[in-house]
Amino acid sequence: MVNLVAKSPCAALLPLSAGNVTLTEQHPDALTSVAPFAEKEVEVSASLTVTHGVAYPAVNHAVGKDGARAIWFGQGQAMVMGGKVSDDLVQLAAVTDQSDAWAVMRLQGASSADVLARLVPVDLRSSVFAEGDTVRTELQHMMASITCVGTDCFDIMVMRSFAKTAVHDLHAAMKSVAALSI
Amino acid sequence: MRLTCPLCGERDRREFYYKGDAIALNRPAPDAGTDAWDDYLYLRDNPAGVTKDLWQHELGCSAWIVVERNTVTHEVLSTALASDVKKATK
Ligand SMILES: [Zn+2]
Repeated sequence: MVNLVAKSPCAALLPLSAGNVTLTEQHPDALTSVAPFAEKEVEVSASLTVTHGVAYPAVNHAVGKDGARAIWFGQGQAMVMGGKVSDDLVQLAAVTDQSDAWAVMRLQGASSADVLARLVPVDLRSSVFAEGDTVRTELQHMMASITCVGTDCFDIMVMRSFAKTAVHDLHAAMKSVAALSI
Repeated sequence: MRLTCPLCGERDRREFYYKGDAIALNRPAPDAGTDAWDDYLYLRDNPAGVTKDLWQHELGCSAWIVVERNTVTHEVLSTALASDVKKATK
C-alpha cells in the first residue's frame, strides 16, 4: 500500500523570526467545530468537560491550555483543539472534523501585539486583550481567529488555503516592526 | 464607519458585508399573492432619515445583524442580531 506522508499547512514556511518576535506552527491533534443545537449548550459543555476538561466557551473567550482548548469561533460555534470529541456529541451539536483544514500559527514575543496592529483592525494590546480572550476578525484580507494564549503570545488560525499568504503578511509585519528598533 | 456587532463589539466597516433593507426578515407566505411578493422582492422605500438594513459580520462571527441608521446624519442608532429580531416577531 502507498504510504502517504502527512504535510502540515505551514510545512516549509515556518518557523520564522524577526526582532523579538517568532512565528511557529502549532500541530493540534484534532480540530473539531462544534455548533450546539438550540438549548443544548449546557449538555455540550458537560461532554467537552469529560473529553477535554473544558467548558463550552463564552462569546469572545477561549478556555483550556495547549493540548485541550475550546475557542469561541463565531455565532453559535466553537473550535475544539486537542483529542477527538465524544461520538455522542452529534446528538447535541453539529460536529465537523476540521483537522487539516486550518493553519494554526503562534506569534510570540514582546512586540507581537505591535505586529498584529499592522494587520488586524482590532485592539489586541494586553491592556484590553489578555489570556483567554479571542476574536474573529480580519488578518490583512483573510478571515481569522486570534486568541491570546499567554503574555505576548497569540494563536492565529486561518483557513489552510491561506497559509502561505498569512505567513507572508505576518513575516512582512514582523520585519517592519523589528526595523523600528535597529 | 464603525458598527457594533452584538457579539463581537465595535468593529471597522471592512469586516462587514452589506445586504440591503431588513425587509428580508419579513418574507411573505408562499400563497400571499403576487402583490405581496412583488412588494417584498422589488419595492423599496428610499428614506431620508431612519432606515433598517441587514449587514453580515462576514470577517468576524458571521452573524447577520439588523443595523438601524440615519441616512441623513449617518448616525448608527442601534444594532441587533437578526436571529433575535426574527424570534421577537414570531
Ligand atoms: Zn460579530
